[in-house]
Amino acid sequence: MANMAQAIRMALHFAEENLELKDVFGEDVGAPLGGVFTATQGIKSAWNTPLDERGIIGCAMGVAMAGDRCVAEIQFADYIFNTIDLLKMAGNTLWATNGKQELPMVVMTPNGAGIRGSLYHSHSFDAHASRMPGWKIVVPSTPLDAYGLMLSAIEDPNPVMYLNPKALMRVRGEELIPGEPADEKELKSMIDAPIGDRSKWKPKWPKLEDYRVPIGKGKVTREGTRATMVSYGRTLIVCNQVADKLKAEGIDVEVIDLRSVYPYDWQLIKSSIRKTGRVMFVNEDTEVTNFAEHLAYRTTQELFYELMARPRVVAAKNVPGIGLHPNLEDNTVPQPPRVEAELRELLAETP
Amino acid sequence: MESMPNIESKTKTAPKQKGSKDLPLPKEKLLQIHNLMVKARSLEERLIKIYKAGDAFFWIGGPGEEAFGVTLGMLADKGKGHDHDWMHLHYRCTPTLIAMGMPMGDSIRLIMNKATDVSTGGRNFANHYSYPEWNVAPVTSPIEVQYSTAIGTAWAQRRAGGKGISVVTGGDAGTAEGDFASCLIWASRPGNELPLLITVQNNKWGISTNYDSQHGEKHTSDRGKAFNIRTEVINGNDPIESYLKLKEVMEYIRQEKKPVVLEAQLSRLYGHSSADGANRRDEPCCIELFEKRLIEWGLITRKECDDIKKAYDAEARAEMEAARNEPDPEADSIWDNVYVDNENGDWRKF
Repeated sequence: MANMAQAIRMALHFAEENLELKDVFGEDVGAPLGGVFTATQGIKSAWNTPLDERGIIGCAMGVAMAGDRCVAEIQFADYIFNTIDLLKMAGNTLWATNGKQELPMVVMTPNGAGIRGSLYHSHSFDAHASRMPGWKIVVPSTPLDAYGLMLSAIEDPNPVMYLNPKALMRVRGEELIPGEPADEKELKSMIDAPIGDRSKWKPKWPKLEDYRVPIGKGKVTREGTRATMVSYGRTLIVCNQVADKLKAEGIDVEVIDLRSVYPYDWQLIKSSIRKTGRVMFVNEDTEVTNFAEHLAYRTTQELFYELMARPRVVAAKNVPGIGLHPNLEDNTVPQPPRVEAELRELLAETP
Repeated sequence: MESMPNIESKTKTAPKQKGSKDLPLPKEKLLQIHNLMVKARSLEERLIKIYKAGDAFFWIGGPGEEAFGVTLGMLADKGKGHDHDWMHLHYRCTPTLIAMGMPMGDSIRLIMNKATDVSTGGRNFANHYSYPEWNVAPVTSPIEVQYSTAIGTAWAQRRAGGKGISVVTGGDAGTAEGDFASCLIWASRPGNELPLLITVQNNKWGISTNYDSQHGEKHTSDRGKAFNIRTEVINGNDPIESYLKLKEVMEYIRQEKKPVVLEAQLSRLYGHSSADGANRRDEPCCIELFEKRLIEWGLITRKECDDIKKAYDAEARAEMEAARNEPDPEADSIWDNVYVDNENGDWRKF
């Protein structure tokens, strides 16, 4: 099975062959490296930019204005903050022009913690991104979803922020991408660049097929009746692990992979909460003015009298950074023990 | 009193006699430039009056930039797509758009926030135009961001390989922003140079802060030299010099597919915006200077100049009166165009 980096790579290749993707650019995304996570390795339209995040976002906006499709990468989400007024502008361009100027662009940036990345390779951007109306925001948690969301993002006529979880880039999926060879060694030999001299290397792409994950649609990854956990990205995997542990004890907990932060699949969340009466929203951005607080607010507004317990938000501690030592990182962003403890408390609460 | 760069006109070959073959440009072209400059001025003065009469919340614009702005608009290859020029303009660009064919009424409906405002539907400030059908990028309030987005259209044009170029305009104060440096760097990548005209309209002011108190460089355009970019400094109050030099460098960019940094030194006749009064300042007026020459050359009379001005003043006034009776944006229209095709942007309806 492909890992997420390979899945993104295959999606970009499919898009440049079939969806008129013209440009993939960012720092080190072209040859020879193909991106610090190798997500753009072998992509023929990938090219290296100056080390200039504002230039990258501005260039993407201009390419999109001109009507061409592009995917621009910010190497780590931690470095996207100095572009925030350009991102705001990209989000408001259609609105500010009363519908005249579309910006069909994708910004891809590795998001979140989990790689022992210290202060500037561990940050999350989903809460900030959710405060930029006009953008769509997606977060895959599996390689197949990474493939399907990327194709949907590239074809979407609006700006789309593609937050790929850093910690999951090397995690292999459990489902084949349509056209992907079943043998992962075969895939590796086809599309992974060799170590050393790559000057003559060219990928041999499998015959990939179209596959879309609609933006705005979540999915249930674990079915259950006792409580609902809503998450995305790295913490979705944590939620699955915790749900599996409790399942072994006979406690079935539903887990929803939101996949899109905005627009989000409220109908899926709502139907699940109506079934379970208990909900916990989990992500790894800092907890104050976290996007999950909006979901918790909406839960209390629309489902208050159907709840059996207070909605919970489990997110990163509201501290200025994520420390390098594992004791520091693990105490900052949600880990399985904390999620499990919070879930057990949620399950134990009586009205 | 505000300062002005002491730039003498380089076009001193003016004839003294009407009909002389030594005119720097054909008579018809000179009169067309003059006519459009006056039209742009009449419009801007009307916009200021609309603000002062309480029919607008804010004015910002480009009176004083007509010599440069009009000639730029005349030379732009107007149209949609890679083969036409992309214009990344700032909020003093009325003269350019008038020269490109924008009706006066479009500008008036914009400042009056009417639903009939074709650029923004009543959502944005004066001079914040948007004409994607002419490759005119949306004008925004943040200073200098257009220098970053211009990189992208120029890149797309370079890749397409046609004759289209990108043009970016902005003020001298904004060159302090990082986006100006981004533009220089991205435009001059070896082997990937961009067909991009990078202009700076240097009026020596950033709201109330004088250029000389903040900038050590003699010319903003000098910064292009560090990137091996061709640079030019012109008297932006002289429409003939502006036209000739812009024509020359735009042809160079189309031919060579390389960038140029051009600094136009010009006046800011009504201050920064309505925030500092929008009153006439004691700076050289490009129209007065041009008319003096045209009259001296016998190409036009004082009365003809005055008649042109009166006609455009009347047109602007009539457009204002018409716009007054037009509908305002509906309150619920805030949800329109958050996403393409009016896909729902309101989370309450997910």
